[in-house]
This record gives sequence, C-alpha cells and structure tokens, in this order.
Amino acid sequence: MLSFRLAARFLSSGRTQTLLIISGIAIAIAVQVFIGLLIGSLQRGLVDRTVGNAPQVTIEAELGVGATISQWQTVLDEVRQVDGVTTASPSAAGSAFVAAQDRQTPAQVRGLDLDEAEGIYGLRDAVYEGSVFKETGEVLVGRQMAEALQLEPGDTLRLLVPEQAPTDVTVAGLYDLRVAEINERWVVTGIATAQSVFALGDEITAIEVAVEDVFAADAVAENIGTRLGRADLSIGNWKERNQELLDGLEGQQISSLVIQGAIIASVVIAIASILAISVLQKRREIGILKAMGIKDRDASRIFLYQGFLIGLVGSIAGILLGLGLLYAFTSYLAREGDPLIAYEVDLQFLLLSWFIAVTASTLAGVIPARRSARLSPVEVINEG
Amino acid sequence: MKDNGRILELKGVDKVYTGTVDTQVLFDINLEFEAGSFNSIVGQSGSGKTTLLNIIGTLDRPTRGEVIIAGQTTSNLSKDELAVLRNRSIGFVFQFHYLLPEFTAMENVLIPYLIGHRRPSPEIIARAEELLDLAGIAQVRNNLARRMSGGQQQRVAIVRALINSPNIFLADEPTGNLDSESTVNIYRVFRDINEKLGTTFLIVTHNRVIAEQTDRIVEMKDGRIELDIRR
Repeated sequence: MLSFRLAARFLSSGRTQTLLIISGIAIAIAVQVFIGLLIGSLQRGLVDRTVGNAPQVTIEAELGVGATISQWQTVLDEVRQVDGVTTASPSAAGSAFVAAQDRQTPAQVRGLDLDEAEGIYGLRDAVYEGSVFKETGEVLVGRQMAEALQLEPGDTLRLLVPEQAPTDVTVAGLYDLRVAEINERWVVTGIATAQSVFALGDEITAIEVAVEDVFAADAVAENIGTRLGRADLSIGNWKERNQELLDGLEGQQISSLVIQGAIIASVVIAIASILAISVLQKRREIGILKAMGIKDRDASRIFLYQGFLIGLVGSIAGILLGLGLLYAFTSYLAREGDPLIAYEVDLQFLLLSWFIAVTASTLAGVIPARRSARLSPVEVINEG
Repeated sequence: MKDNGRILELKGVDKVYTGTVDTQVLFDINLEFEAGSFNSIVGQSGSGKTTLLNIIGTLDRPTRGEVIIAGQTTSNLSKDELAVLRNRSIGFVFQFHYLLPEFTAMENVLIPYLIGHRRPSPEIIARAEELLDLAGIAQVRNNLARRMSGGQQQRVAIVRALINSPNIFLADEPTGNLDSESTVNIYRVFRDINEKLGTTFLIVTHNRVIAEQTDRIVEMKDGRIELDIRR
C-alpha cells in the first residue's frame, strides 16, 4: 500500500518526465492498436468478400456435376447436428443455357430453399429490382446477366438443358451479390423449379453449409465427413479453394504481429530505462526508507507499481488515440460518406492489447525493482 | 535516569571492510546503554563513530561480535526481521535529513507508521501533530519537504524518527549543517523528548559543546573507545 503511494507520488512529482514517458507509450500503443485493428478489419473484409456470400462447406455427390445425393433428408439432418454449423441448405443445381431476346448465354441454375439459404447468400437483401421468387417457375437473375440479356422483372426466359425439354420461366427479380462471376452466371430459383428443369425428381445435388467460424470451415468439414461416413459424398470447404488467399492473409498477419511485437518491445525498453534512471534518482529516498524499516520486497514493488501505472495510463491513452487515428483514417478514405475500409472495433483485440501493454510495462519494472531491492541503506548514507 | 534496564548492548564488535586491502574500522567494542539515557558519541572523522552507529542501528552487520537490542540478539535475524525491528524500535536522523521531497512534512512523518499499517489512525495523526508542535514546526506540516528550510527539514526528520515511539533514537551529526541557534533549539527538543517519552538517545557529533550537555560521552579514536565519561 505504501509502496503504491510512493510509486504514484514519485510519478506525479516528476511530472514532465512522467508525461513524456506516458505520451511516448500512448503513441506507441496507438500505432499498435491502429495497425492491429486496421489489418484485422482488412482481413475480415477480404474473407467476408470471399466467403461471406457463399457456402463455406459444400457437400456433393462424389460422381460430380449433376449427380444427386441419395437419402439427402437424412444427410441434411445429420449435418445440422454438427458443432459449428449455423445453416445447412439443400440445393439442386446444374448447367444450362439461358435464352432470351434472341440471345443465349451459359448459366448455372441454382435451386435453393430461400429461407434456409438466406443464412448463406443473403439473397433477399441482394434483390434490387422486382422481388424474390415465390412460385415454381419464377427465377432471379443477376445484374450482369440481366444487362447482357436486357431482362427486367416479368420477362420470360427459356432454360435449355441437353437431353431435356426446354423450360420457360419468369424473371421475378434482379439481384446483385457483388461478385461479377455470380451475377453473370447464376439463375437462382426454388428447388422445385430446378428439380423440374433438370428432371431430378425429388433429388438434390448439394447441401450448402455456413459455419460459425469461417476459419474453422476445414475442421467442420472434417467433422461432417466423419459423422456422415459416406464414401459417395465429397465434402469441400472454402479454405481448400482459396489457399493463396489464406497464405496471403497469414503473411499479412505475421508481419502485423511482428510490428506489434516490436512496438511492445520498444515500450518495455523505454519504461525500463526511465525506471532505471528513477532508481538512481531515488537512491537516497530508498536508502532512508530501508533505514526506517521498509522491506526489500516493498522497496522493489515501488518500481513495479510505477511500471504498472505508466503502462495503465499510457495504454488507455494509446488505445483511445489509436481508435481516433483509425476513425480519422477511415473517414479520410471514405468515398461519398461510404468508408472504403469497413473497420470494426474488435473489443477482444483491444482488451488483449491493453492487457499485454500493462503486463509488459509492469515487467519493465523488474530490473529497476531488483536494483531497488538490493540497494543497501549504508551505501547511501555513507555517500552523504 | 528513569530505568536502569539495558536497552542496547555491544559485545566484542569488530568491523572489517574487505577489499583489495582489508580495513578494520572497529576493534572489540563493548558498550552498554541504559534505557532512557541520553548519550553522545564523539571523535574525529574516520574514528569509526558513524560505522558504530550504523551497526547499532542494524543498517550494517558487525564482522564479529554481537549487537543486542532490547534483549534480542540481532545477528540471527533475517533482513526482513531487521527491517521490522528498525521500524518499531529505532528512529534515525542523519546529517543529511533525507526527507522524501515529494511528500509534505506530515506525510514524511507518517511514513514509518505506514510501513507497518495500511492507513494512519486518528491516534497516530494526533501524535504526529503533537510531536510537530513539540518540535516547533506545526505551522509547516502541509508544506512539501523540498519547500522547507534546512532547519525545518531536520526537525521533520526528527519527528519522523520518533513517530513509532522507538526505544532508541540514533542521530548522526543531526545538527551538522545547521546554525548554532537551530542547533541549540534542536538539542532542547531532544532533551524534551528524552524526558517526556523516556527514549534512549545516541547522538554522534563532533561538537564538544553539544556533547558536554549529554549524560554520557563515549569518545572514539581509531576504531576503539578512548574515553567513556558518565556524569
């Protein structure tokens, strides 16, 4: 208790020195928080764009395109019970040609259960004209395809499938999933419509799964495989398909951690050197405190507490400064009020940064604290 | 003399500083001090009186021999136990008073108490007020130590040494850097406290005039006791 009061008073009385070191630490932590949050947000944004509007795990028949999953209801029920699965949605899909206004274009016809698939694609929000399909024979067309074929809600288009009779369907609405490849290729419809287009009967071709933690998609996929135990099904996940992206993210993550680590190390060194000077400055006081009966342990705590206090104040100021910096940065980069970088304040990251900064600052006091503990009162008194 | 019990005993104390050349600064010191007595240790600089005081105050350990404080042999106490002993039983005043400059007079005075307690009790604050008053510095009790005159600082240091009601009060040239008027005043304070509280005083000084006002003068020369005069 006395040690803490001594620490606080030593700091508050050496105001300039204390303010300087706290400002230095605040700036360092601000940069660390800024970089951490920015890189984290960028990565999440990138991953979100890659897998946000797509299934993270897909279960298909091993035989390939067009093959159906036998006893799919059972499979679906099983999949839904696997830990980490948030959505599992049946899908009937296949390749077709779309013909409209005397033009033809290759397409993927995706038959979905609109309610189930909402957790994967967010189609309802993506429809910008017309409405979602409600009845059999209604479809959604992507922005690029609609532009190419000059389609509008209410128009009719013909789906041509080899060895099948052509099917005429009605455009219920236009969507934009913000991925050009999807927008120009996918004709999205109900399962029943797709089943009839491809003459699948009651069968489906895939089960699409969204998971809680996208980075655990591979583990979830493996659990699904184990649970199903079916050799005739292939279970793919987005991580397999995006290895390059993941490698890039990992490299970025490591460099971000290296920078953050270097910043924390410089904070520790700065505090340690300030406190080392402080021990020298306070030799007489420590000596007399020991003569008065303060124990070595308490004499050393004075410096641990000083490190703790500097770290506490410096890191809180730094986190606030870092958040301000991030806000200013993203506002500056905003286009028409729409920020280019959608940053997200990761509370867990902030708490962890704060905890690490305070712990490291306290540890920075260890060497000065040891010196303080070893200081002999006679030494100081004899110096006069 | 209020009590003839022995508060402090030194038996065959030697002190050797080891280095490239070993230097013996104390030779076979045997001394006893009675509780409540008022003593001075005199001698030229280098005679070993400060070393003797540091050993008595348990700040330094003797190379050989025993220091017994209030019946307790100090040689087998740990550093922490010695710290507690110093905190409770010994009050120090040094030539360079060593107040904590960033604390007020009152806070400085309370520090020895706070070493052993979480917060000051009303009784201890009352005691501090009383002692500050006795030392004639009640009016500066809320001043920062660094804003006080040398004489005021020295008095604060004296009050600080007394706050825990120690059995023994050790002072090393407590008036060394004060003018003669302040010196006389401070001795008056010492005497007052000695008489009122029965604290044992041991004052190292080279000022013979001051020494002659004490009840016993121990004179050191070259690490030995040259003279031991009681009045």
